[in-house]
Amino acid sequence: MLESIQLTKSFGKLQALQGMSAHMNAGQAISLIGPNGSGKTTFIKCLLGLVIPDGGEVVLNGKSVLGGWDYRRHIGYMPQIGRYPDHMRIGQLFDMVQEIRKGTFERLDDDLIQAFGIRQLAHKTMRTLSGGTRQKVSACLAFLFDPEVLILDEPTAGLDPVSSEVLKEKVLAEKAKGKLTLLTSHILSDLDELTTDVMYLMDGKLQFYQPIEQLKAQTGEDKLHRAIASVMKQNPFA
Amino acid sequence: MKSPASSLHTFLRLTTVGETAPAAPVSVNPVFRVVKYVLFDILQNRIVIGYTVFLLAVSMGLFGLSDDPTKGLISLLNIVLIVTPLVSSVFATIHFYNSYEFIELLAAQPVRRDIIVWSQFLGLVLALLAAVWIGIGIPIAIYSATSTGLVLLVAASGLTVVFIALALLASVCTRDKAKGIGLALLLWFYFTLLYDAMVLFIMFSFADYPLEKATLVMAALNPIDLARVIVLLQMDISALMGYTGALFREWLGSSAGIATAVGILLLWATLPMLLAVRIFRKKDL
Repeated sequence: MLESIQLTKSFGKLQALQGMSAHMNAGQAISLIGPNGSGKTTFIKCLLGLVIPDGGEVVLNGKSVLGGWDYRRHIGYMPQIGRYPDHMRIGQLFDMVQEIRKGTFERLDDDLIQAFGIRQLAHKTMRTLSGGTRQKVSACLAFLFDPEVLILDEPTAGLDPVSSEVLKEKVLAEKAKGKLTLLTSHILSDLDELTTDVMYLMDGKLQFYQPIEQLKAQTGEDKLHRAIASVMKQNPFA
Repeated sequence: MKSPASSLHTFLRLTTVGETAPAAPVSVNPVFRVVKYVLFDILQNRIVIGYTVFLLAVSMGLFGLSDDPTKGLISLLNIVLIVTPLVSSVFATIHFYNSYEFIELLAAQPVRRDIIVWSQFLGLVLALLAAVWIGIGIPIAIYSATSTGLVLLVAASGLTVVFIALALLASVCTRDKAKGIGLALLLWFYFTLLYDAMVLFIMFSFADYPLEKATLVMAALNPIDLARVIVLLQMDISALMGYTGALFREWLGSSAGIATAVGILLLWATLPMLLAVRIFRKKDL
């Protein structure tokens, strides 16, 4: 469904991505794991077209989408840091995004808006919101247009435990509907319940990409963080 | 302007699950879908409100000081030539960097990159023009509702647009906020002080040669000089016009001179913006 072929990107001397190739399919929930600066966010941003790769291809549903813009109608993105214009109200933000995406979606999904009680906050300006509430707004926007692909960068960071659970439930529900989900998080226990596959990045290279069950079986561990730790010990690259 | 209540209403209506979205109206330019929200946000910014009040106080004060509105206009011209470029470039740069995450969010939506830069530009232009028109326009309308007053307002508006364009060009060139603001300030400093010093130096050094055409070209290469020429041509005060102004008058005659200068000023806004859009298309966010 979504494929990256030999993506390369460097920022000055730093090689952020060194030939990332991965095939991602519907129904998968893929965890992107790797140390800080391993290229996770750069990879995500290349898929979204926010960062223009130096080389390689991004293919969505069989079509090359590099340099395009219309394909983003199929993607919902929740950024690591959600900052919005200070004086914009929550309601206006949703209005605006809906106007921008007018005609590019079939149905609106307001499950998270309901669950987070965002409607009651519609008149609040973005400046007055706490970091957690902004994060909730970002999550609502990512899921709002019922996209085929969900890209969530550190989705649970800053969320309270209840909201974090709500979001996880939603990711699971969407996965069950056959969506492709890409997640990054430093809290591996959060990812444990959600993911079907693990992608491990290191210095802009894909170290391994396999189903979580296979990884756990290989390492003989039943928790994701233990399995990752065990792989890192054996891994000559790490 | 949208009231919170109406926005809440559309929000509720549009988020009904299962509702099929209406087809996109082809006639609506996507820039305007974004720009109204950007504009609404900037208009509530304290700095813009403060800037409006400052311009209003200064203009009222200057007109109030002397009985002759022309003297007031000349003093106002000198303020406008320094303040509008400075505030426009600093505010536009800071606003761009503060909106960085928001711009990123927009860039992750199915829209062209061009639309994002143009909507930021238009939002800034409309907001700061509103400040100029209220802050300078109202006092001019009260004290000196003449064609000269109007031309001063046009010059101030032109400078505002030009320096927003230059500021956005500086902003898309670097990711570093301090560098971006520094670059914008450097451009302002260059056009306000360095450029004139350079021109004077050239004129002194080559005083023995005919420099008329060269001076004309040199004035066109500085938007602030252009704005000054536009107003002084209209005022028809030869003593204050300076060498370049006298040349413009001699070569082009008053109205044609103003029209040409305004045209070149427009180029000063368009070219940096087109360049900024080109750079932004390939920019990593």
